[in-house]
Amino acid sequence: MTKIIFVEHDDTVHTIEAEDGVSVMEAAKNNDVPGIDADCFGACACATCHVYVDPAWFERTGERSAMENDMLEIAEGVEANSRLACQIMIDASLDGLTVRMPESQH
Amino acid sequence: MGTDLAHARAEAHERANSVPLDAINLTDTALWASDSVLPYFERLRHEDPVHYHPSGQHPGGAYWSVTRFHDIVAVDSDHNNFSSSPNITLDDDFAPGFIAMDPPKHDVQRKAVTPSVSPGRLRDLEPLIRSRMQKCLDDLPVGEPFDWVDKVSIELTGQMLATLFDFPFEDRRKLTYWSDMISADPTSPLYTPDNWQAEFQAVMDEAYSVFIELWNERADAEPRDDLISMMAHSPAMKDMSPEEYLGNLMLLIVGGNDTTRNSMTGSVYAMHRFPEQRAKLDRDAALLPSMISETIRWQTPLAYMRRTATGDVELGGKTIREGDKVAMWYLSGNRDETVIDRPNDYLIDRPNARRHLSFGFGIHRCVGNRLAELQLKILWEEIATRFPEIVVTAEPERVPNSFVRGYTSMQVVIPRRL
Repeated sequence: MTKIIFVEHDDTVHTIEAEDGVSVMEAAKNNDVPGIDADCFGACACATCHVYVDPAWFERTGERSAMENDMLEIAEGVEANSRLACQIMIDASLDGLTVRMPESQH
Repeated sequence: MGTDLAHARAEAHERANSVPLDAINLTDTALWASDSVLPYFERLRHEDPVHYHPSGQHPGGAYWSVTRFHDIVAVDSDHNNFSSSPNITLDDDFAPGFIAMDPPKHDVQRKAVTPSVSPGRLRDLEPLIRSRMQKCLDDLPVGEPFDWVDKVSIELTGQMLATLFDFPFEDRRKLTYWSDMISADPTSPLYTPDNWQAEFQAVMDEAYSVFIELWNERADAEPRDDLISMMAHSPAMKDMSPEEYLGNLMLLIVGGNDTTRNSMTGSVYAMHRFPEQRAKLDRDAALLPSMISETIRWQTPLAYMRRTATGDVELGGKTIREGDKVAMWYLSGNRDETVIDRPNDYLIDRPNARRHLSFGFGIHRCVGNRLAELQLKILWEEIATRFPEIVVTAEPERVPNSFVRGYTSMQVVIPRRL
């Protein structure tokens, strides 16, 4: 199990233990973490699982794919550390990963 | 469901399963006017989920129908193989703005208008939307029949559009009229047979003459947060050609009008058809967000979007050739029983209700989806505190159109107020 820390827009913190091999989006949904909609169920087709990755962790979450970049183009409030949570796969190297959610998913 | 309606549905089902596959004509407007198209989609999902329609059915020529949920997501999120240019409907007569463009031009134009529906802007708009809806609902007659489409759905979406464009408020029904004319099928009763092109052009000319004045006025003034001002001051859009400006206006008008309007009517119709769902909502107001998503799925106010293959591509065992038109039938994907349980039923407490195709997926996903949801949410919050029941007294009249799946009128009676 890998510890993932979700911080809502209002600073509410949700610390969960996630299975390895699932995405950060699935980990949030499986643990009822609010603030992530995931309308497309992880198909990288909607940008409603937008998160800001703590800069200390950003590089360890891997590279954005071309499709993820395209989808972030249409998301709201995108920053350099923006990712789609459905595209970050959890393994032991991400133990302690911290992500923040935007005010709302668009 | 009344016996007449049940009988008509059974007949439609029978017909859909007895005609040869090649004879299935999904763009036959009669199927949409009579709401009998769903059994054809069911058959195609089972027997030929990527189906070729030869020329002779749609005036725009041959096209493919994609009818399964996952195939639709695959096409919608593959903008490299499936272009939105030259158009996103099956005809090529009129390109409606940035929805019918590919990156990079699409991206910069879309971004220029996105602030009109940003989270902050929606927060600012909410009290205005609510007070208008309260007034609209308070003015409705009690105990006498009226047309919900005209008095509520058109009125509220017209007001919303007028605000988004900062359009002269008293002229707001012009926006509705232009929207109806642009999305109407050439065979629609809104047009005179054999003269639709001239009539369409006249409508476009009228719209343009009004909007170009507004453009000039906004371009000369300080930037504001209405759509016209945003476009007039955007580096990506300020030098648009008249055709492109008009295309973008029509995109934003149709996108803000037909969709929300028909979901508003659809919500009342669905609650009438499935009254136990209204009881559920009355017992548990926390179901409202999933009820809104379920309404948008069940209604699917835009039945399809079209793409054009940029090269030869395999889909569902078929080879789609470069230049072929592809219709992604959101309405069919939203009834795909392999993804959505009991898809024809309206169930407001569905798990994963947000998982529907009505907003599209990929880079052209509906830009106004949160505003649409907000309007429906406020409408139902205000209905719930006023009207214990809205009785639909006759089957609604439907738009004879395979693109806009909507209602031209729906007679209702509100028996009493709370």
